Amino acid sequence: MPGPVETALRNRRAAGGKALVAYVTGGLGDDWTDTVRAVADAGADVIEIGVPFSDPVMDGPTIQAANDRALASGATPTSILDQVRGIDAGVPLAVMTYYNIAFRAGLERFAASLVDAGVSGCILPDLPLEETGPWVEAADDVGIETILLAAPTASDERLSRVCARSRGFVYGVGLLGVTGVRAELAASASIIAARLKQVTDLPVLVGVGVGTPGQAVEASAAGDGVVVGSAVVQRMLDGAGPAGVAELVAEFRAALDAS
Amino acid sequence: MGLSDPTPEGRFGEFGGRYVPETLVPACEELEAAFREAWDDPAYRARLDGLLADYAGRPSPMTECENLSEELGCRLLLKREDLNHTGSHKINNVLGQALLAQRMGKTRLVAETGAGQHGVATATAAALLGMECCVYMGEVDIGRQELNVFRMKLLGAEVKTAMSGSRTLKDAINEAMRDWVASVEDSHYCLGSVMGPHPYPWMVRKFHEVLGREAREQSEAILGTTPDVVTACVGGGSNAIGIFSGFVDDDTELVGVEPAGGAAVGSGVPGVVHGSQSYLMQDEFGQVIEAESISAGLDYPGVGPEHSYLASIGRARYESVTDAEVVVAFQLLSRTEGIIPALEPAHALAWVSRDRASLAGKSVVLNLSGRGDKDVAQMMDILGGEGQ
Ligand SMILES: Cc1ncc(COP(=O)(O)O)c(C=O)c1O
Repeated sequence: MPGPVETALRNRRAAGGKALVAYVTGGLGDDWTDTVRAVADAGADVIEIGVPFSDPVMDGPTIQAANDRALASGATPTSILDQVRGIDAGVPLAVMTYYNIAFRAGLERFAASLVDAGVSGCILPDLPLEETGPWVEAADDVGIETILLAAPTASDERLSRVCARSRGFVYGVGLLGVTGVRAELAASASIIAARLKQVTDLPVLVGVGVGTPGQAVEASAAGDGVVVGSAVVQRMLDGAGPAGVAELVAEFRAALDAS
Repeated sequence: MGLSDPTPEGRFGEFGGRYVPETLVPACEELEAAFREAWDDPAYRARLDGLLADYAGRPSPMTECENLSEELGCRLLLKREDLNHTGSHKINNVLGQALLAQRMGKTRLVAETGAGQHGVATATAAALLGMECCVYMGEVDIGRQELNVFRMKLLGAEVKTAMSGSRTLKDAINEAMRDWVASVEDSHYCLGSVMGPHPYPWMVRKFHEVLGREAREQSEAILGTTPDVVTACVGGGSNAIGIFSGFVDDDTELVGVEPAGGAAVGSGVPGVVHGSQSYLMQDEFGQVIEAESISAGLDYPGVGPEHSYLASIGRARYESVTDAEVVVAFQLLSRTEGIIPALEPAHALAWVSRDRASLAGKSVVLNLSGRGDKDVAQMMDILGGEGQ
């Protein structure tokens, strides 16, 4: 049975729409939980909560800066999940962090702590297909949807295997590179979406390098939607507050709805 | 026999593996296949051996320290990797990887560096083979290893400053991996130690086994038998695994020496960072703790997975020494033997000196992994102009 993340995204697709997943750095500022709620109200279908890690190799300068600031203010995986428990955003939540955070806690304990906090999904960008075994076992056992990344460098055969093991949706990596806003959408974004659509019925979302509403429209044409991270986090870093961040997310929502 | 190969998944016991973003998995697979093929190709091996001999100056000699042996009460032999071209053991690995990258059709080398020795070696190989080279170095290390920064630039490399985190080796690795995620189509990541995702820990060790083979032969010629103890400093652990590889089948005691402020084996717990599972200095939540060492080359909170394995099965043991002990050892070797060591191998000597009572009468082979030229300016600051 599909979990809450997959169900939400399938519903969006069934209604003829394009899905929007927004990324919010956990522990960034005192009002970050309000931001999560505001982003949900502004039309995000699923919200990724970033749990900061000291060495985020898949992240560019914006998310690194947000991580550093959150960690410096004393945020920990435990404090963030404690706060998540009280959010009640009305949309499914997924945690995005790095494998060592789960490994150090103990995989079963970490999976259970996600359930306990009301989180439905989990993304670990430094855990490639071959290494997912122990984690997905722990996650599957308690119903956490493990969303896998699918990269432009993978063969079609590998993409199929990634899709078969992914839950919730498949996260198509839009370009060769780390997270961050780029002036233009890479051609690889539409290509990875189209390649993934060939091999899976799971919702296909493209993220990394999707930074403007226009790019979101372009990137979601071949697939089922987008993940927007750095653009949202930059707003948080700029001190826009929940309302200011929600305004940006509403722009993405409107552009996707009009497409 | 020597050290065994990892499992097909790149595991040494529970340690190792390939924890990289999906984007890099095909590149790691391609590298592994290319390495296996090249290693079995006599033409590649002949080219590498030729460069190691005629360009890098192998074999490096072994020096018996008569003055210092008398002072310490043990029989101390130094494996002279400091005499290699570019001044350290790092060139063994870099020549192997650069030739491999060229064979794979890559035109650019990306590297991280701490002390700058791996960066200099990579820049050197890039100059020799006509490749582009980009080296990431933490801002703190750029400050304390100015000479090597200039050397890399002279050799035609671009040196990029890593500004994040502790602004040392760990952060330079993060930046190099981020570069590689974006540049993987034309770039090879020339990793400088026995760490990272499979096949690096294994491949880099294979490239350094040459120094272990030489050391075993040389020590046997001098001692008439195998040494009682073999010791080396451990950052990621490449010079140590290289020399250990020559002696694992003997009953020689193997001792790795870590800096007190970067003792991954000594004070870490298993974790996953930079591509593999290994002992790691981290807090209760899994955040990596920043290392702190006088030596830029050892200022790293992790360690190569094969060392974690050797520690876990008890085949090697790991000691740690303080910065103050290292400074004394640096001066000691300079004055008694006329050899100015790099700060990294001065760690191994600091342990020998501290534990001299338990080493009394024993034969000790110490891997002198690099020379001290790069550290002279830093030591001048610490010791003052008289060097006393
Ligand atoms: C002379 C020397 N020895 C040792 C090291 C540490 O590396 P490893 O532990 O991989 O030998 C370095 C690194 O910069 C070095 O320059």
